[in-house]
Amino acid sequence: MRDLTDFDEAGLAAPPLLETRGLTFAAGGRRLIDGVNLTLRPGRRVAIMGPNGAGKSLLLRLMHGLLTPADGGVLWQGRRLDAAARAAQAMVFQRPVLLRRSVLGNLSFALRARGVPRHLRPARAEEALARARLTGLARSPARRLSGGEQQRLALAMALAGRPWVLFLDEPTASLDPASTHAVEEMLAEAHAQGVTTVTVTHDAGQARRVGDDLVFLQAGRVAEAGPVASLLDAPRSGPLRAWTEGRLWLPDR
Amino acid sequence: MIRHAVLTLGAIFALSLPAALAAEEFITVQSTTSTQNSGLFDHILPMFEAGTGIDVRVVAVGTGQAIRNAMNGDGDVLFVHARAAEEAFVADGFGTARHDVMYNDFVVVGPAADPAGVSGMRDSVAALAQIAGAGAVFVSRGDDSGTHKAEGALWSETDVDLEEASGGWYRETGSGMGATLNIGIGMGGYVLTDRATWIAFGNKGSHRVLVEGDARLFNQYGIILVNPAVHAHVKAEAGQSFVDWILSAEGQAAIAGYEVAGQQLFFPNAK
Amino acid sequence: MPGLMEAFWDALRLIALGDADLWEIIGLSLRVTMTAVGLSCLIGLPLGAVVGAFRFPGRTALSLILNALMGLPPVVVGLGVYLMLSASGPLGVLQLLYTPTAMILAQMILVTPIVAALTRQVVEDLNEEYAEQFASLGVRRMERVAALIWDARYSLLTVALAGFGRAVAEVGAVLIVGGNIDHVTRVMTTTIALETSRGNLHLALALGAVLLVIALLVNAAVMAVRHTAQKVAYA
Repeated sequence: MRDLTDFDEAGLAAPPLLETRGLTFAAGGRRLIDGVNLTLRPGRRVAIMGPNGAGKSLLLRLMHGLLTPADGGVLWQGRRLDAAARAAQAMVFQRPVLLRRSVLGNLSFALRARGVPRHLRPARAEEALARARLTGLARSPARRLSGGEQQRLALAMALAGRPWVLFLDEPTASLDPASTHAVEEMLAEAHAQGVTTVTVTHDAGQARRVGDDLVFLQAGRVAEAGPVASLLDAPRSGPLRAWTEGRLWLPDR
Repeated sequence: MIRHAVLTLGAIFALSLPAALAAEEFITVQSTTSTQNSGLFDHILPMFEAGTGIDVRVVAVGTGQAIRNAMNGDGDVLFVHARAAEEAFVADGFGTARHDVMYNDFVVVGPAADPAGVSGMRDSVAALAQIAGAGAVFVSRGDDSGTHKAEGALWSETDVDLEEASGGWYRETGSGMGATLNIGIGMGGYVLTDRATWIAFGNKGSHRVLVEGDARLFNQYGIILVNPAVHAHVKAEAGQSFVDWILSAEGQAAIAGYEVAGQQLFFPNAK
Repeated sequence: MPGLMEAFWDALRLIALGDADLWEIIGLSLRVTMTAVGLSCLIGLPLGAVVGAFRFPGRTALSLILNALMGLPPVVVGLGVYLMLSASGPLGVLQLLYTPTAMILAQMILVTPIVAALTRQVVEDLNEEYAEQFASLGVRRMERVAALIWDARYSLLTVALAGFGRAVAEVGAVLIVGGNIDHVTRVMTTTIALETSRGNLHLALALGAVLLVIALLVNAAVMAVRHTAQKVAYA
């Protein structure tokens, strides 16, 4: 496999925010993530695609420090990923995880967990509500919201701590187009404010909208990586070509 | 919200304390189920309490357990009916002195059908032997109580092997008098009971008194002040005033005055 | 069984007419049991939540012990508390034997394992759902426990009710440590035992029915609170 460590087309000198080095994760004797090398640069949005079971969600969790790698590692600004680094990251899950409290209660909880001092929380919560367009629903039970509203709230909770990097695991997989659009709008706003996003998606259109670069995973390895448009328009690797043509790709062929 | 819940719980707990910490003077009397179940205490205690202002708290258990509780110091006065055990209690230093209070008698009750044919017998030992001979069900307390001890004394005069009979026609309940009567009536068996409990008992079924009037069925109650020299916290003064009152003309009259269905249950005989 | 109905109506009439003795007994039952359950929750909820939310050495053994303790025989607990509180026992100086406090203590020992063991299960399930989000947000340990308890509050109400049911129906322990002393430690269950031993079976049964009605009312009240709160507020 080619070395895909650095796919930053412009070769901009921005120092890497996060790097994975030979990242490997195994379970039940199988290497589910197998020697992945990636570099995340500030402001450069990444989309991750790949078939089911390719290890997309695992990769996100490893980068976010929710899982411990079997081999290799994750570097944050050149150093080991520690609690302080974790505080500069956030994650949105495929199914929004919301506490059994009001919308405002969820935001306050996230702000408190992020160490935001008590007196600053109301203003920050207001800000997050506005960002998620949920101001009118502040007192509603979070788990009674619609799917789109729930995911916007989850996103607002993740952004409430003002992270540098935001990981999103198929954030719109179960949403209709309008709700998907609303979530992507929030992502765009966050990006405009300097948040670097890493989004796992099954949707090539979404990959183009929320990614500058694309990483295509196949069986725990990076099959291809590079600027999203050029990759999707002219895939070079077998797996990605098969994917874009809607074929089933089998490694033996 | 959580703070609120904690405060509420604290308040509830605080509310439960006054009964424990109440300054009102009280004594604890370790006594037997027969005196409580018959209703005697409900009759006489208000008179003592009205006269002295001392609250009497009765723990009613089998005589054996009452004596053990008193040995542990969990009571100020012992009021039971097992003369030999009471005298041993005093001899071992756990009590100051033992006084006769009152007596009633034991009776053998059984089903009206009377399968062993003991109805009308006066010789209680012969009656028990006859029940054993007939293999008729006999239900015993089996709990080391005063009544159980009295029953054991009668059996020991027969040549019946209770060890062997136990579980067969001889059934030991290991329970109080009332529970044993309930079981005996349910099984249609014979039961030795004190007369007071029997008269006041509410679930007689077809059972009735079959054997009575034997001198060996005499049931003497005694009262003992728990020795403050052994258990320093014993309320000797209040306890002694209760003992004195029970033995006084007033207390004895109160005991004599307790009747159920027109029958006197206990006969005072303090000296 | 005309006698039974008669006794039952008698018991109900006593309550309706405000029979002071009966109300005193019912009041003490509720006070003792609710205090015991409340204190058991103070201990059992955090304990169960910690066992349910974290992995640590000995965790499985602890869960096992908590589950086993749910089956503690009340009489054994009563005896244990009696031996502790007896004038000859290590805590005899406190003079708590034959007081409502002793009964509360015995019931706490019975109820705390139930609360802790059931809480562990509830919290473990909820933690499955929350664990990654908590880790992602960097929620601290004690905040996790608090959040899990708070978010499981409606399920935990049912847990508390299970404890209440065990405590209010229990007779073996309170009889030994309370002594069933009239006006001091006489509660519903010991009264039922006493009336049974007096052969007043119908009255005992009627009192049992009254106890059932009380337990029903307490459960209904808690469930109503839960239902409305859930409906109005949080799913």
